[in-house]
Amino acid sequence: MNLNNATITELHKLLTDKAISATELTQHFLSRIAESDSEINSFITITPEVAIAEAKAADLVLAKGQHTMLTGIPMAHKDIFCIEDIRTTAGSKILADFIAPYTSTCIEKLRHAGTVTLGKTNMDEFAMGSSNESSYFGPVHNPWDKTKVPGGSSGGSAASLAACLCVASTGTDTGGSIRQPASMCGLTGLKPTYGRISRWGMIAFASSLDQAGCFTRTAEDAAILLEHMAGHDSKDSTSLNLAVPEFTAALSEPLAGLKVGICSDYFKEGLEPEVENLVMDGIKELAKMGAEVVEIELPHTKFSLSAYYVIAPAECSANLSRYDGVRYGYRCKDPENLEDLYKRSRSEGFGSEVKKRIMVGAFALSAGYYDAYYRKAQQLRRLIKNDFVSAFEQVDVIVGPTAPGTAFPLGAKTNDPVSMYLQDIYTIAASLAGVPAISIPVGLSKGMPVGLQLIGNYLEEAKLLRVAHQFQQQTNWHQQQPQRNLL
Amino acid sequence: MNIPAGWQIDIGLEIHAQLNTKSKIFSGASTLFGSDPNSQASAVDLALPGVLPVVNEAVYAKAIRFGLGVSADISRVSAFDRKNYFYPDLPKGYQITQMDLPIVSGGHIDILLQDSTEKRIRITRAHLEEDAGKSLHEAFDRYTGIDLNRAGTPLLEIVSEPDIKSAFEAVAYARKIHQLVTYLNICDGDMSQGSLRFDANVSVRREDSATLGVRTETKNLNSFRFLERAIYYETVRQIDRLEAGRSVTQETRLYDHNKDETRPMRSKETATDYRYFPEPDLLPVIITDETIAKIKAEMPELPTQRQQRFIEDFNLAATDAALLANDRNLADYFEATIKNSQDPILSANWIKVELLGHLNRDAVSITDSPISAIQLGDLVALIQAGTISGKIAKDVFAALWTGETSSAATYIQQHGLQQLSDPSTLEPLIFDILKANPKQLEQLRSGKDKLMGFFVGQVMKQTQGKANPQEVNSIINRLLQEAV
Repeated sequence: MNLNNATITELHKLLTDKAISATELTQHFLSRIAESDSEINSFITITPEVAIAEAKAADLVLAKGQHTMLTGIPMAHKDIFCIEDIRTTAGSKILADFIAPYTSTCIEKLRHAGTVTLGKTNMDEFAMGSSNESSYFGPVHNPWDKTKVPGGSSGGSAASLAACLCVASTGTDTGGSIRQPASMCGLTGLKPTYGRISRWGMIAFASSLDQAGCFTRTAEDAAILLEHMAGHDSKDSTSLNLAVPEFTAALSEPLAGLKVGICSDYFKEGLEPEVENLVMDGIKELAKMGAEVVEIELPHTKFSLSAYYVIAPAECSANLSRYDGVRYGYRCKDPENLEDLYKRSRSEGFGSEVKKRIMVGAFALSAGYYDAYYRKAQQLRRLIKNDFVSAFEQVDVIVGPTAPGTAFPLGAKTNDPVSMYLQDIYTIAASLAGVPAISIPVGLSKGMPVGLQLIGNYLEEAKLLRVAHQFQQQTNWHQQQPQRNLL
Repeated sequence: MNIPAGWQIDIGLEIHAQLNTKSKIFSGASTLFGSDPNSQASAVDLALPGVLPVVNEAVYAKAIRFGLGVSADISRVSAFDRKNYFYPDLPKGYQITQMDLPIVSGGHIDILLQDSTEKRIRITRAHLEEDAGKSLHEAFDRYTGIDLNRAGTPLLEIVSEPDIKSAFEAVAYARKIHQLVTYLNICDGDMSQGSLRFDANVSVRREDSATLGVRTETKNLNSFRFLERAIYYETVRQIDRLEAGRSVTQETRLYDHNKDETRPMRSKETATDYRYFPEPDLLPVIITDETIAKIKAEMPELPTQRQQRFIEDFNLAATDAALLANDRNLADYFEATIKNSQDPILSANWIKVELLGHLNRDAVSITDSPISAIQLGDLVALIQAGTISGKIAKDVFAALWTGETSSAATYIQQHGLQQLSDPSTLEPLIFDILKANPKQLEQLRSGKDKLMGFFVGQVMKQTQGKANPQEVNSIINRLLQEAV
């Protein structure tokens, strides 16, 4: 069996059958990273010693038969999750040498379940971007076409999985940062309900929107991961104090009777025709599987992008104030005084996209503008939420494209922020509302992957995963691989 | 204080009371004062990347208790906001506070004026927030040291309406708040550790003007005296400027107690726009009616109630009751004393005269008194039982104060200071003294009562002050009658 693109489920069987050891499996992926990541640049930090130690520990656990589904599974983590004793950069010069004295709850849980940490993946600086081009550590190349972007901000996590450098990876999604790169790299990318996974130890971009999630080859793998990542955390007041459902249990239920909503706003100008065709084909497939397709309205969804680009920058303008050169992180050389220390540490330490958003956010919150921008954006956010609440009284899931097009060439949009921001036009509404959403492969357009987005009601990740899983039982788009990995 | 005629002063106070919780408001770090710099700063207090605040729920009950103590409204829903500004002792670059929805709003407290009338000061609001760390400018050459031990200490900021019309009223109000928060056991009230700090908003206007003048805010006053001086200085400064035809600038000022003056804060330390917005890391604070009812039922006795109880239960004079009830620690001391002495009035006298006299003389606070309430109670009990005289008791008190002894009873035993009350011991002694002074005895017999003092004095001299004066009196009288 080809280990490169095996799923968690498949590898779990090999590990428990003793067909392979966790150490061998880990070595395999470490070698692959060493051989080919220089072309992709998906990792910021590779942690072979940690990985081997964890793999050896996993082998002991496997030998005793005390394993979980994740024991010995090599993973890559977005470099936004703090891991004790491993540097965490958030893709920024300002944290280029930062080593946290704690591990984020989400990664702690995955490690507790027996996963192996291969390293930390590249990302847009502080998760601000849709192409992974704002990283201080250089752009990530899309394994499907190295001249193209992998999407962002979790571009490194997506690319590392698409390049078969890990078995699954973690990401964070603030406005589409898991779903959009999943779409562009031909992966399953899950953003759970806001609050489902603890944010403790996850570097904040926009606190009310940030949500951890994962990249996997299948919906089934995503269900397995979510079971281990989710759960209440007393260290995060916004984490949901609810029992974690068995997401894997409901996967096999057929779709008969399921109501699938489509909204005309998701099929308007800006959507590449071939992407639209593939998405429509995907919806037909769902109908063929027994789902009833219903037209729904999300009247305020067209304001999502505007609301998002006020709220997210506003929150980031405060969240990033702590990077001031005083206690840790980048500090400018020979500051003349306090003012100089602040100004130069921050202007030298942050990249241009981050500075742009801090300024937009500070402006939106400033006296005299607060009502016109921040308050209005919050009002819109409530309306967008209400749209989803009413829609989910009629349908079980809402389906549409994840992104308006396929991966674009590196550098194509770096000087056109609006066009870059439009990458998230279909993903942002779910982020603002806090509902779960998943992107799954639905075909190739000119050889590049296209994603289908499924949005679910609050806490209904199980239903989303079931629809995605059933779809993946009938289609093989999720098994498509970039040419270079079929060797 | 000489405030020129024709001017009206308007003062509003913002009082920061450190809540006496064991751990900080948003982290589990200890709030203990005086530890090594930065030894009590957790990852949250240091604002490391990815950390999150979690509210220490003990602060809610303390804020609610305060609200009930000033007859205010307790918000069923309140919320935290971020106040953004850069300063090295503010690690996150924002302070978590409550802007739009404070936990306590409305309320009032009554202060006593110089003419013994009461005046009501309205309280606008009281909200929860975190304290900042400390910048240490002196200790490091060319650098500023940052100590984040205080960062995240819970504060209740109590904001008054501009109902205060003089420095005297401001101090009376501040003292009343101090008394209340210590009585409610929500703040230790230790001003030397910065547990209570005042910001004074002061403005002046012509007496016939209906609108408030331009105000200045003098920040971080940490004693009643500095509060009084700063307000006085600001008032005079503002009036002088206006009378000279100049204007008052709205600004933040600092009081320099060495020079006894206020001066503008450097503009870098003040932000013009704090860009408040709701804190997305914390959920709204929901307070239920049940919670409020429970806290109400457990409210500690307030000073006026306690004063009343001292009068009713212990027959104390109103002034004594007020003096003792005024300070919670003193009132607690008094009640602990009478547990042992069983004599409230005598105990009150001893606390009022001897104990407070010594405490004031040596500038020691009641909580640090070298004589414990138990020790004083034992001493008062010995006086009450007639074991020692009041005069001897003062010597015993002095021995307890200096630590020469830790027990009044033992000391009396060791030094043979028991009062002589036994007639069979006293009578022969007095008989001899009467006989030895025939002239004075004759005068006493002929009705010169002041000679009684002479004989009592003689007895005291002979017994080194140990004779029970009442007993001596009655024996002399009896002997006089028997001899007739």
